[in-house]
Amino acid sequence: MVGIEEKAPGFALGTIGDLVGLARKASMWPVTMGLACCAIEMMATGGARFDISRFGMEVFRASPRHADLMIVSGRLSQKMAPVVRQVYDQMSDPKWVISMGACASSGGMFNNYAIVQGCDHIVPVDIYLPGCPPRPEMLLHAILELHKQVQSTPLGLNREKAARAAEAAALAAVPTHAQKGLLA
Amino acid sequence: MSESSERAGGQPEEKRRGLGGAIGDLLAPVAGFGVTFSNMFRPTVTEQYPYVRHPTAPRYHGRHQLNRYPDGLEKCIGCELCAWACPADAIFVEGADNTPENQHSPGERYGAVYQINYLRCIFCGLCIEACPTRALTMGNDFELAGPTREGLIFTKEELLAPLTQGMLGVPHPMVEGTTDRDYYRGEVTGPTADQIAWVERERPEDPTLEGARQAAATKAVR
Repeated sequence: MVGIEEKAPGFALGTIGDLVGLARKASMWPVTMGLACCAIEMMATGGARFDISRFGMEVFRASPRHADLMIVSGRLSQKMAPVVRQVYDQMSDPKWVISMGACASSGGMFNNYAIVQGCDHIVPVDIYLPGCPPRPEMLLHAILELHKQVQSTPLGLNREKAARAAEAAALAAVPTHAQKGLLA
Repeated sequence: MSESSERAGGQPEEKRRGLGGAIGDLLAPVAGFGVTFSNMFRPTVTEQYPYVRHPTAPRYHGRHQLNRYPDGLEKCIGCELCAWACPADAIFVEGADNTPENQHSPGERYGAVYQINYLRCIFCGLCIEACPTRALTMGNDFELAGPTREGLIFTKEELLAPLTQGMLGVPHPMVEGTTDRDYYRGEVTGPTADQIAWVERERPEDPTLEGARQAAATKAVR
């Protein structure tokens, strides 16, 4: 934003935040980032039957500079990791990442030296989407969850308050060493 | 290469076009919209997903569920066969011994810790095939996306089927005089008076008691 949110009085900030959220979520353009089989389902989501353009997202941009959303779809190999990171860096702020499918989210069944064990090792992920591959409805659900997240993103002073609340919640949470199994 | 260019270039201009001459030149841009115009009269294929939900195939591999016997005892015996079958190492099971005071499933053992990492799971269903008691099954629910990795590791509380009307909350003892085989054969159809009395003694505030009493009463009348 252009700095309105920094100067707005407290009572107006929420309204400005709502408007900004609406504008951001209603025309989110994904960058073409198909890495493997999940990309096939991503293309199906863009097709006529599932029609991602109902949510203002049909323009899959070939240039990262036009895009706000990266859908990392498919297993991320060590060799592709720097490329994905560079494409992410080239996207203009604000930008979001959906990690689509088991492989992109955690390495999936490919627990080996060739595959990065989750694309959150190299880019910050906003929504994780399980499935192998996820059906187009699952991707639409993930996108709608991201839209909810974007819509409710706080601005300015509210953002600082939210960050403090998140920090306090993280400090109060059960530490990993006290948890069992996969959560440890 | 040379053959194809010869074929393209070899034919005269008029033969390659459908309509020759000036009329053809005039209609060419309109013909390009032929597909667009004809599609206006075809039915819409778009699924309005979040508003109209089409059911999945009946055997679609969705979210897992840990089932219960009709009296409320868990079917999972903590054998870890699902974890062994899993090709992606997505399942973690830790079994524990059933005791008379703390009986969660028929037989000797129950699954004390049960976790499925949905970011590893590939929904292949090998865990379902491996399960000896049909404790683990898959539903048709696929809306699983979440903002954190920890949140997508589902624990036993999230995976366990909710108690339906008439089931008695665990832990409680098995139906008197039965073994785990009787349970497996489906000979237990609901909680008995002894089980209800045990729960009344140990956990008088248990919210499932009322439903279990009603279920036991209707069965006795029958």
